Amino acid sequence: MTMHQGRQLTLRQMEIGQTGTVIGILGGRGLMRRLEALDIRPGKKVTKVSSTLFRGPVTLRVDNAQLAIGFGMANRIIVEVG
Amino acid sequence: MRILLVGNPNVGKSALFSRLTGIHIIASNYPGTTVEFTKGYMKLGEEQAEVIDVPGTYTLEPTSKAEEVAVEMLKDGDLVIDVVDATNLERNLNLTLQLLERQVPVIVALNIWDDTRHRGINIDVAKLEELLGVPVVPTVGVTGQGIKGLVRRLPEAKVPKTAYSGSSSDERWARVGNIVSQVQSLSHRHHTWRDVLEDVSDHPVGGVFIALVVLLATFWVIRLIGESIIGYVTDPLFEWLWTPLLMKVSLALGSGGFWHSVLIGNLIAGGIDYFQSFGLLSTGFYIPLGAVLPYIVSFYLALGILEDVGYLPRLAVLMDTLMHRLGLHGYAIIPTILGFGCNVPAVMATRILESRRQRFIAATLISIGVPCAALQAMIIGLVGQQGGQYVAMVYGSLFASWVIIGLILNRIVKGFSPELLVEIPPYRLPPWRVIGEKLWLRVSGFIKEALPIVLSTVLVVNILYTLGVFDAIANIAAPIVSGLLGLPKETVVALVIGFLRKDVAMGMLAPLALTVKQLVISSTVLAMFFPCVATFVVLFRELRTRDTLKATGIMVAAALIVGSLQNLIL
Repeated sequence: MTMHQGRQLTLRQMEIGQTGTVIGILGGRGLMRRLEALDIRPGKKVTKVSSTLFRGPVTLRVDNAQLAIGFGMANRIIVEVG
Repeated sequence: MRILLVGNPNVGKSALFSRLTGIHIIASNYPGTTVEFTKGYMKLGEEQAEVIDVPGTYTLEPTSKAEEVAVEMLKDGDLVIDVVDATNLERNLNLTLQLLERQVPVIVALNIWDDTRHRGINIDVAKLEELLGVPVVPTVGVTGQGIKGLVRRLPEAKVPKTAYSGSSSDERWARVGNIVSQVQSLSHRHHTWRDVLEDVSDHPVGGVFIALVVLLATFWVIRLIGESIIGYVTDPLFEWLWTPLLMKVSLALGSGGFWHSVLIGNLIAGGIDYFQSFGLLSTGFYIPLGAVLPYIVSFYLALGILEDVGYLPRLAVLMDTLMHRLGLHGYAIIPTILGFGCNVPAVMATRILESRRQRFIAATLISIGVPCAALQAMIIGLVGQQGGQYVAMVYGSLFASWVIIGLILNRIVKGFSPELLVEIPPYRLPPWRVIGEKLWLRVSGFIKEALPIVLSTVLVVNILYTLGVFDAIANIAAPIVSGLLGLPKETVVALVIGFLRKDVAMGMLAPLALTVKQLVISSTVLAMFFPCVATFVVLFRELRTRDTLKATGIMVAAALIVGSLQNLIL
């Protein structure tokens, strides 16, 4: 049996259409809580829907909900893909 | 008996509330409008129960001022109707479990039930009820489906037998995951026109294109409807019914004297000129009902549609990059757009922003750069007579000031501005019933609030004129106004009256025979100079004294600088 170690990226680095699993959030308790309330937390599968030009927000799909996340925040959410 | 409606934003809570209580309320598709909670009544058996629409919240551990209100209100409810979006079960059940820990009877309304089918979501309602230990009723707030069943089962609401108080958030999410895996199964999801439209408007280039089309179409529709109401309804009514009546009153008063000048005002070329006569019954009625009301109707109709189809959060995403530079984030576009109707609800809506710094910047920028519908109607009516390019100069100056002052505030105001984090709800067809109710509420609200203030302002203006008070004020401020802004000293009076009502103040410019340049300068200064008294009161409430005074100082300084620059350049 081989263990598959996926690649680790930030939300911003993900390709559009790519799905990954959240493995960590680089931020304080306040940021964690804001994200957690919207069901973005370690272990959660998210799909990147789009990004905006000029360091604009990143759009994600989490289950059936679509969320927009500011550029800097998207840089602090780490996902594992493939 | 007090019933609370609690749930995430965008779950159709307000529509459900309107179905339960049958009164007119604000119901919207984005979080923020219900920050000020709405209250209604319903019959429950023989008892009259109070129903409260609690502001939407994702969690009972609040992350914004609006969410704090929600948690605060939970303390005095006798029963909670937890409104759950059936298409987003997991996230919604997290709030449900937090509610169940609170020792208050709960019943769950599984709302947006009609949407689960085409999304390929199957939920075992009986199983969910068993696992939660409280009644679960599928509902469709927009159509009213399931509401009767919900009302019938209200008495069954209870505190579940198994208490989970004090569980950690990890334990809670684990339980939610466990429940969802037992009650929900997913099958094929049907692609709809909606998915296509959503894909296009979330695309960076397609989104900008759609935003331009939407905004241009909105302005065009607002103007078309506003002008049509003026041309085909209000102006004919004033001309054929009101003018002849006023002329009779004028004759009966002997065409002059104190009461004539208060009630009818000055006759222009032997007749009544609704912009210039300035009597209580002539201009006093014409400004709110003839000039402003048509645009209030068309603006709020357009806004209601944009709100309820779910477009505004998408605009927030597109605006985020710009707003970020101004120390805000994209979501601040929602209070800003509200400001084009009236600055009062706009300043109140800044509460949806997370930090004090953001609320200060947003409220200040709205007061400076966002003219309300009443002022805009008068600007279009007066400046527009001289040509559209002059109206564009006023709007261009306001927009430039809004951006530049935002850039400056972002550099100098201390504090922290969190980033955008917002749910983008699916597009929904406009629920015309809810839009109609909301339009009626806002328009009747305008008439009730504006008419008495406009009339008393016109009365005060007439009395102060008669007493010669204005001459004194005009002489004192003359150096600034003439020297810096290049305006005749009489415009000072209009600027002062702008504190009471800006539409009346614009009306006072009409008889002054200003040049086009002076009209542009005075409209811009009037828009930026000072908030009207109603906005001033909410600024005090939202920002407290110190920040309000700071904001006011910024407004006065900005108005004088921009007005002087216009005077130099134009």
